[in-house]
Amino acid sequence: MSIDPGKIQSIIATDCGSTTTKAILIEKVGDEYRLIVRGEAPTTVEAPFEDVTRGVLNAVAEVEDLTGRTFLRDERILSPKDGDEGVDLYVSTSSAGGGLQMMVAGVVKEMTAESAQRAALGAGAIVMDVIASNDRRQPHERIQRVRSLRPDMILLSGGIDGGTTTHVAELAELVAAADPRPRLGIGYELPVIYAGNVDAREIVKERLEDKTSLVITENLRPVLERENLQPARLKIQEQFLEHVMKQAPGYGKLLEWTPVPVMPTPAAVGSIMQLIAREEKIDVVGVDIGGATTDVFSVFGEVFNRTVSANLGMSYSISNVLAEATVPNILRWVPFEVDEADLRNRVKNKMIRPTTIPQTLEDLMIEQAMAREALRLAFEQHKLLAVGLKGVQQERTISDTFEQTESGGTLVDMMALDILVGSGGVLSHAPRRVQAAFMIIDGFRPEGITQLAVDSIFMMPQLGVLAQVHPDAALEVFHKDCLIRLGACIAPRGTAKDGAHCLDIKIEKGDGSVEERSMNFGEMAVVPLAVGEKAKATISPSRRFDVGLGHGKEVHTEIGGGVVGVIIDCRGRPLVLPEDREERVRRLTEWNKALDVYP
Amino acid sequence: MAHAYTPGLKVSSRTIFRKERRLPLKGDVLVSVGDEVKAEDVVARTELPGNVQTMNVANKLSVLPEDIERHMTVKLGEWADEGEVIAETRTFFGLFKSQCKMPVGGTIESVSSITGQVIIREKAIPVEVNAFVDGKVVEVFQDEGVLVETAASFVQGIFGVGGETHGPMKVAASAPDEVLRVEQITPDMEGSVVLGGSLVTIDVINRAREVGVSAIIAGGMGDSDLRNLLGYDLGVAITGSEEIGLTIVVTEGFGRMTMAEKTFNLLKSKDGMKTSVSGATQIRAGVIRPEVVIPLDGAAGTIEDIKESSSGLTVGTPVRVIREPYFGAIGKVTALPPELQVLKSEAKVRVLEVEFDDGSRAVIPRANVELIED
Repeated sequence: MSIDPGKIQSIIATDCGSTTTKAILIEKVGDEYRLIVRGEAPTTVEAPFEDVTRGVLNAVAEVEDLTGRTFLRDERILSPKDGDEGVDLYVSTSSAGGGLQMMVAGVVKEMTAESAQRAALGAGAIVMDVIASNDRRQPHERIQRVRSLRPDMILLSGGIDGGTTTHVAELAELVAAADPRPRLGIGYELPVIYAGNVDAREIVKERLEDKTSLVITENLRPVLERENLQPARLKIQEQFLEHVMKQAPGYGKLLEWTPVPVMPTPAAVGSIMQLIAREEKIDVVGVDIGGATTDVFSVFGEVFNRTVSANLGMSYSISNVLAEATVPNILRWVPFEVDEADLRNRVKNKMIRPTTIPQTLEDLMIEQAMAREALRLAFEQHKLLAVGLKGVQQERTISDTFEQTESGGTLVDMMALDILVGSGGVLSHAPRRVQAAFMIIDGFRPEGITQLAVDSIFMMPQLGVLAQVHPDAALEVFHKDCLIRLGACIAPRGTAKDGAHCLDIKIEKGDGSVEERSMNFGEMAVVPLAVGEKAKATISPSRRFDVGLGHGKEVHTEIGGGVVGVIIDCRGRPLVLPEDREERVRRLTEWNKALDVYP
Repeated sequence: MAHAYTPGLKVSSRTIFRKERRLPLKGDVLVSVGDEVKAEDVVARTELPGNVQTMNVANKLSVLPEDIERHMTVKLGEWADEGEVIAETRTFFGLFKSQCKMPVGGTIESVSSITGQVIIREKAIPVEVNAFVDGKVVEVFQDEGVLVETAASFVQGIFGVGGETHGPMKVAASAPDEVLRVEQITPDMEGSVVLGGSLVTIDVINRAREVGVSAIIAGGMGDSDLRNLLGYDLGVAITGSEEIGLTIVVTEGFGRMTMAEKTFNLLKSKDGMKTSVSGATQIRAGVIRPEVVIPLDGAAGTIEDIKESSSGLTVGTPVRVIREPYFGAIGKVTALPPELQVLKSEAKVRVLEVEFDDGSRAVIPRANVELIED
């Protein structure tokens, strides 16, 4: 069905998450598209309902209650409109049932296997394991792994076009020997997507066609110097709809309701972020910190990357945050004394009762300390995967001789980053917005000048799927209703002795008022600048510090305001907290006070 | 949202307990509807395809992969014992020969003329499923398993480690707030399910392992002890397959936690009775909680079916607080103000007012209480 964006006046978009189904109503008000209301209901893929559309209907029913209008008829969403009832367009995303879980395989771990991993993640999958000919496991161990993990789908890549076919054959034999069964549904064959050396297609067919549901697409790494991930990503999403989602109860019905293919939730978020980066020519980092997983998205120089840290989250996986970050790293953010055994028990109790919330201030501070570490770890994982292509020859000139850059360095450049967007309960529902800003800063450590924002109600997924058919509406709602601008963060790169001069800053606001600050190393401050306001900033760092143009170079720029204002973070980059416990608590308390973080 | 509170864990003195016993893949069901079964009886059996070994025969014989089929002495699909020659080359008029021997007994599953790899499938692995509880088979799922039913006392734990086990109940703690001591674990507890009070420590667990205790039930355990026991930090609450020599079920949470009196008294009254315990826990979509089941004589008394979900919170509902600062305290709801209230953490949430057993009152977020279910 073709969709004429010009005729669309009203849209319902849903996101069927693993626990909640969220519906939003978007309508044209005057000349612009705006979010009208939002409803939610528990997702219903499990007994006793076992029909995802029940949750969708319940969430839309809440939208009906809130607007006093009718969008449902005969147990379905009424679209197209009938008179005043129904909507012009219905779209949806889904991550119900644990999302899309994949295994990927490639010949060389750092090359085709890594490209395959990026393709799967970008398509919205959780990558359960990466198998490569050089992953140091014995063949039978790899086979055992494929058998025990039971992925929803396997992406098989390997070899550049025209290269060796032996290793690809070996991988195909290994998958065939494992005779993998999919996670859901006994009666269907596991989808395997082959996106490797074109010369090996027949070999792969021979080995896998009878045992799996094999799909062949373009090589995702046709030559070493170039990735071609889009065809594999599209195939993954196609197979996700055709095989995986259809196994989930009620999805057949849901797919009939919407003229736009249902997207995996993270793929939709990726799509809206890419749209923003392209439209505004900016570099973007986004994070969604959930109960079980944390997703990080980035667009640097138009290259999109997504990673998911499947076991870093604030409730189901909170204990794993403690295990991976270690107790001292959590406690370094807590401005009071906590006994290790007590911390451990608190964290485990949150894990086994994931819906509880902090009642006391101390409890909130501990939870926010955990969030800082979860964000930091997730971002570190992201930086490892959001890299340039490895194994590529680089041309070097004499001036590069002293710069030991390898191929495959991270694409994440914190100085170049323009905007950092956070979402997920711990950020979106922080009692004070400055707490969200502070967690984002400590977790991601932005450098130079960076805008901070939170997605108020996490509607990026719905906007991402809407962007497939109506990018203008998606963009308008994104800017006007989705983001809560927190303000700018100014953080010079460099370090010095405590108390040494760091920078002078002059902020000239639109109303003619001027704020001037002189800041020392180790200090933090906030200058109010309201949402929508712009100000001219002149930042003069001392010679040890860089805010974007080089050490000691003055920067003149325009900065945007937000609900928090302009945060000046002179704690230095890299950010190092005092080793001594008492000193650290003193500094944390000082910073919290300077930013008015806690009551 | 309609349900801001956590539904409580089930504690029932008499209920109909039903348990599905399914094979991981299709196989043979060994019992029929109406059969009386014991916990340890095997009710279904199947065979998992054997493990796979690979061997690069081309490399071992120094021949080209496309030639290996010629050198194979055992055919595709045939069985060969460990040490048996499956491929060989003869050179120099047969004077020198290289051989490939089976690393394990198995069937030749594939021979690749591209990679030179031979895949060997080991013997199938038998898998058996037992009944878990003493009871009656009430349904057979063809080729997959059965549904076992019994009248029983039933307690759900909040968290467990270790798999399924059973044995007679032995009451070790005299009160629900008692911390189990090492000397309370005695040799006669071998094979039994031991009831503790508020805390089970690593020393007690180690002693129980020495003695050969099947399971321990307690109000709480420390996370540091759990890490000691497992040898790693448990990241995600998906358990049940740990091989730690016994099963542990905690009913309240981590740390020292007085066991709910109702739970303690119920379990205490079953001293000496055969008890089935599962430590398997999964706290994600499709929640699995650890279980303690004590089959009763089905003929006598009335049976209360476990209520799926109670009507919700009302004034007078008994609740337990499940987060600091009142963690573990038990009381009754005295008010349910509809409007959002600001907590000390400044979060604006829906709350309720509780009167604790000692008469004191407190305001608690609704998300931080659980119903005490009958």
